[in-house]
Amino acid sequence: MSEPTTDLHLSQAAAHDLEKGFKRDTQELIIEGAGCASCVTKIEGAIKQVPGVTGAEMNFAQRTVSVSGDADRKALVKAIEKAGYNAKPIAAGSDNDAMEEKEKAEWAYYKRLMREMTIALLLGVPLMIYSIVGGEMTVTTNSERLVWLIVGLLTLGVMVFSGKHFYIGAWQSFKNHSANMDTLIALGTGTAWLYSMVVVFAPDIVPEMARHVYFEATAMIIGLIDLGLALELKARGRTSQAIKRLIGLQAKTARVVRDEKDVDIAIEQVLLNDIVRARPGEKIPVDGLVVEGHTAIDESMLTGEPMPIEKKEGDEVVAGTLNKTGSILFKATRVGKDTALAQIINMVKRAQNSKPPIGRLADVISGYFVPVVMIVAVVSALVWLNFGPDPAVAFAIVSATTVLIIACPCALGLATPMSVMVGVGKAAEAGVLIRNGEALQMASKITAMVLDKTGTITLGSPKVTDIVMNSADSEVTVLQMVASLESGSEHPLALAIVESAQERGLQPGKVANFNAIAGHGVEADYEGKRLLFGNEKLMRERNIECESLVETAQELATQAKTPMYFAVDDQLEAIIAVADPIKEDSIAAIKRLQHNGIRVIMLTGDNRATAKAVAEKVGITEYFAEVLPQDKTDKIVELQMQDEIVGMTGDGINDAPALAMANVGFAIGTGTDVAIESADITLMRGSLHGLADAIAVSRATLRNIKQNLFGAFIYNAAGVPVAAGVLYPFFGLLLSPVIAGAAMAFSSLTVVTNANRLRMFKAQEH
Amino acid sequence: MLLVNIAGIALIALIVWWFWLYEATDVVLNDNDLVIVVENGTYQPAQVRLAADQATELHFLRKDSSPCSEMVLLPDLEISESLPIDRPKSIAIPPLKKGEYAFHCQMQMYRGVLKVE
Repeated sequence: MSEPTTDLHLSQAAAHDLEKGFKRDTQELIIEGAGCASCVTKIEGAIKQVPGVTGAEMNFAQRTVSVSGDADRKALVKAIEKAGYNAKPIAAGSDNDAMEEKEKAEWAYYKRLMREMTIALLLGVPLMIYSIVGGEMTVTTNSERLVWLIVGLLTLGVMVFSGKHFYIGAWQSFKNHSANMDTLIALGTGTAWLYSMVVVFAPDIVPEMARHVYFEATAMIIGLIDLGLALELKARGRTSQAIKRLIGLQAKTARVVRDEKDVDIAIEQVLLNDIVRARPGEKIPVDGLVVEGHTAIDESMLTGEPMPIEKKEGDEVVAGTLNKTGSILFKATRVGKDTALAQIINMVKRAQNSKPPIGRLADVISGYFVPVVMIVAVVSALVWLNFGPDPAVAFAIVSATTVLIIACPCALGLATPMSVMVGVGKAAEAGVLIRNGEALQMASKITAMVLDKTGTITLGSPKVTDIVMNSADSEVTVLQMVASLESGSEHPLALAIVESAQERGLQPGKVANFNAIAGHGVEADYEGKRLLFGNEKLMRERNIECESLVETAQELATQAKTPMYFAVDDQLEAIIAVADPIKEDSIAAIKRLQHNGIRVIMLTGDNRATAKAVAEKVGITEYFAEVLPQDKTDKIVELQMQDEIVGMTGDGINDAPALAMANVGFAIGTGTDVAIESADITLMRGSLHGLADAIAVSRATLRNIKQNLFGAFIYNAAGVPVAAGVLYPFFGLLLSPVIAGAAMAFSSLTVVTNANRLRMFKAQEH
Repeated sequence: MLLVNIAGIALIALIVWWFWLYEATDVVLNDNDLVIVVENGTYQPAQVRLAADQATELHFLRKDSSPCSEMVLLPDLEISESLPIDRPKSIAIPPLKKGEYAFHCQMQMYRGVLKVE
């Protein structure tokens, strides 16, 4: 069986289009290394040597060159490099441009559909009114034949003007051995028109009772479906509002300091390490590090964090956020597609287009749907012809046409993607980034949530609260020694001790033979003494007498503080207690999770008493203390063995294995410094409310998808048999093709409108 | 009536053969120069043959302004890209193992397949 090679010819023609698309008339490049004005002539001269170049103009202030002609971009870069400079092509069009272009094209398409709908209904509506008020739609006399012939030709005009896209689409699909919505509409309206024309031209071959014309059905169906498509297009536009808002956060220009002067340049032209100025009220154009000045920056648009964040020298600023109070200079550290905002946009876009597993059945059905409907139409026509009452031919034509028209594969196909689009966008607005449809669906099913204590429930920035002496003489000496011992450690508790020492003006000294005992403590030599700092277990292992302070330590632990023992030369000297404050809203957020029927479990490497105190404070009854980092995954597996769907929340870096093991891994971070690639769901702000929001929005989205799928299945499962006439023997009911056309047009609109309802969803209930 | 019934059954057989049983000829992708045109409800060509274990690029050119044609999805490769109108869009395809990989629009009305051999 061989297929004609039309596809190949088409693609060759299209290759030419592609070629045209790639070789634009003007190209822009950024030049690096051009330090003096004389470089301009040199660079322009080098470019002009490249074949195809008709002109080159360099903007020295912006360090850009605009090249006209259709030269190969690689050859241009090579020529500039040969002349001693570096060149980078400026990406064609930003997200903003692409969005504008898309909206323009959609607006043009909308206007076209409305125009086509108007013409179709101008003919269809009067004809339908005529038939409703009792006008004869039959052909009995020669003068009627003439009138209906004129109407038939007018209908043909409507089919060409308003419905051309259905017929071309159907034919193209047919040639490719596939079928789609166009196929059904083209077949349905085509059958009605052809039959009517047969009645007009050769009434004698049709039984007298069946000499009915259906021109009004053809015109009305085309008009109604065009209207449905136009309204659906509008509704679809609203589903992508969240991504539009994110894209809108991108600044279009940046003020860069070049040669000690401020220059306004397009955002695409900002280079790494450029010094950028941001004044109060301006958007931060690219990611960077503050090098001068201080200010407060509103990051709420990205993180959902309502309070502006103070920024000073050395702090990170993020593209898309709003500079509120001061003027700052910052060094660009990530530009273009690498900024956190660009990555977020990318991730949201990808997630919006991915499908959760729940949509797979609809996908399988969609694949077979149209040919099955065509077969049902033929079977229905045969049944009417064989067993139907007179005029059987007319009944057969009406039922076949109605079956073809009422079936709506679009509603099935749209059910899942539309809801995912809105749901993922809604989550992004609340600072929750969902990686894909699968994560969205799984998050809606979570039954148990494991929370890491440090940095998740607590702030993750512990402070020294107590120093209790045993044999030591002064707090200062103890702190000096412990700070020296801990100065090489990255552990949050160690940082707290070093910070506390520095606050008292103490400088950590040098230690030798440092040894970290994982999960227990540290030891080292300091000024001829052996220092040991760690938990009770470590002290007991080293046979250090600590009974005298055990009670005090337990008392501190019950106050949610972490007591650590300090020994010098195997003699217990003191206890240092460190506490990590609980985040303000942890208690409320945990309550929200529990209220939603989720079992909340806390994991911590901390001692049992501290864990118990923190757990009690935040209202958690299940907790695992003294869990070593490598044992966290075992706890997740343990819960999964109890048939729980487990969510794990951690900082995304230390907890990576546990996040991967959980059914859904949530990375929680403060600000935008979280690794957005590290988890299924990323919470852009530190608050645990983000977690409850993520689960709430995913549950709402899944509910919405189920409503859509149910509606679309029921619509088709009930509509097609009714259209075929199964109710006729019992109630004498047979649908008109016009009603079918209206139902079909509005079924997919209903799906999109229901998905849009999700936009009203309020994630934060606190 | 018999003739009508036979014609009807033949029509059903034709539908089954044309849409499900017929195997269209594939178009081979050479030197990354093949363009898949998105127009009138179809991808042209809709069946593309690729060599296994080789990274390649597919170029899509969307001429259809219907919003249905806006997205192209390759679910097995977790790729979903939006296609601008009248401007080519290149999509990088990683090296693939032998098999068939479907690509389609969000609603599966536009459908195609990559046959990796």
